[in-house]
Amino acid sequence: MAANNTPQTMAQKILAYHCGRDYVNTGELINASLDLVLGNDITMPLAIEEFKKIGVGRVFDDKKIAIVPDHFTPNKDIKSAQQCKFVRNFAKNQDIKNYFEIGQMGIEHALLPEKGLVLPGDLVIGADSHTCTYGALGAASTGVGSTDVAVAMATGSAWFMVPESIKFEYSGSLKPWVTGKDLILYTIGLIGVDGALYMSMEFTGTVIKNLSMDSRFTMCNMAIEAGGKFGIMEVDSKTEEFVKPRASRPFKIFRSDNGANYYKHYEIDCSKIELQVAKPHLPSNAANAKDLSNISIDQAVIGSCTNGRIEDLRIAAEIFAGRKVDNTVRAIIIPATQNIYLEALEKGYIKTFVESGCVVSTPTCGPCLGGHMGILAEGERAVSTTNRNFVGRMGHPKSEVYLSGPAVAAASAIMGRIAVPEEVL
Amino acid sequence: MIIRDKVIKYGNNVDTDVIIPARYLNTTDEAELASHCFEDLDPDFSKKLKDRKIIVAGDNFGCGSSREHAPISIKASGVKLIIAKTFARIFFRNAINIGLPVIPDAIAASNINDGDELEVDLDSGFIKNITSKKQFKINPVPEFIQGIISSGGYINYTKTKLKTNK
Repeated sequence: MAANNTPQTMAQKILAYHCGRDYVNTGELINASLDLVLGNDITMPLAIEEFKKIGVGRVFDDKKIAIVPDHFTPNKDIKSAQQCKFVRNFAKNQDIKNYFEIGQMGIEHALLPEKGLVLPGDLVIGADSHTCTYGALGAASTGVGSTDVAVAMATGSAWFMVPESIKFEYSGSLKPWVTGKDLILYTIGLIGVDGALYMSMEFTGTVIKNLSMDSRFTMCNMAIEAGGKFGIMEVDSKTEEFVKPRASRPFKIFRSDNGANYYKHYEIDCSKIELQVAKPHLPSNAANAKDLSNISIDQAVIGSCTNGRIEDLRIAAEIFAGRKVDNTVRAIIIPATQNIYLEALEKGYIKTFVESGCVVSTPTCGPCLGGHMGILAEGERAVSTTNRNFVGRMGHPKSEVYLSGPAVAAASAIMGRIAVPEEVL
Repeated sequence: MIIRDKVIKYGNNVDTDVIIPARYLNTTDEAELASHCFEDLDPDFSKKLKDRKIIVAGDNFGCGSSREHAPISIKASGVKLIIAKTFARIFFRNAINIGLPVIPDAIAASNINDGDELEVDLDSGFIKNITSKKQFKINPVPEFIQGIISSGGYINYTKTKLKTNK
């Protein structure tokens, strides 16, 4: 039996803390208490049906549940409207404090950090696979299904297998326009879509230290695309600067110990990383954007829980400024939250987008998962700042999605084919 | 529990978007979800189901979204068991939680072909390939997870636990 002073990763420490222990071993099954439980308009209806079967009547804590109807909203059809109504009634009857109606709503993984609902050291589950986004705040957070959320709403706890960790250390200096999206697409390309199956991906190194919070969220967001349980980063002054004005409760900072055991250790020299694109139909099909200039596109999407934040819109606006979307392309911009929308409005980005011939949508997951607001027809092709390019992800099973960061998406919209900013500036 | 049936085989990285496309996630109706199961991957899935009720696949089965609609649509289609080299973690969790048997076993999965007939004993942990006459021992399931399965899913397990704790 390992002693309490055995070095641990931050993932182990957060899990240990939440089951009232000093130490947990990797591979161990534990039951841990949760700081926040999340669901959306797609996963919550199932979770509520299952919750009702448990028969506890009330949720464990009406302040520790977040419900964000963001996927098929504003309601795209009658069935979606029925689902949202069901969820809304539940939130009202249970007096859920963090229910976000249209008008306050944003894409869940951009919204919750913005509202200060996830803090460093937290343990969070969400019935949405991209719940791993909050690892950028030094929290352990992961996607689960609706039944897990149902039980968590009743008990305030969930079962976990303590994951092994893989350390990714990023060094060097970034090439122009390269952001967190390029780093994570490159990383997934390196290890594959199951390269971190069941594991915690710990992102460290000088490059991460210098990375904006927005780019950090983007990286942790896509840990799931390598099969990861957590994408996690150590808290630093940038994290604290982000969290402190938003936090309304105390938080705890956990750091990985020197000598903690890692399943693998990757050292990545970022000086060599070009703007990345993941080709259909896996997020691991990474290629250099500049090598794909023969790929024509019908649509460009800039938004989602991955890349709908202000940094992404700023980059896109810089590229669109004074230029026009190619007349063969539909360009769709989706600010991830109302606050981001407002900031983009104040900074003039929205005006730039509209003048360039882009459409700007209210916050929604919409086209990312082929829901609405930009579905592809048979044979059509999109460049998108979203997170998945599986068969049929954005519409017709014979359509294609190329994943990229905002710079490549904007440049491609202008050129009508996959392009890098240097080609349009 | 003993399951005897024939195999529908798929490859690596079968994602939740092809198991149940998001355009059908505006319902929780099991029969409706089942009617669209695998339609973007294998339009003949429902025909194959007539005499085959075990799915065998490669690595990372169920990768992608957390949608529990994916294992639900498979279970409601009548599929009795999934054997894969590896499973994506959320899908694996969801399948256990709703009581759909899943077996991660790389050796067994590599040695089973489309159309093979299997006999699987979930209690003693054996897969018998009747067609090829090969036999595989399955890794034991952790006790806690065994508990969820024998309760018929995580909801029943939780109900029983909450009653005992009172």
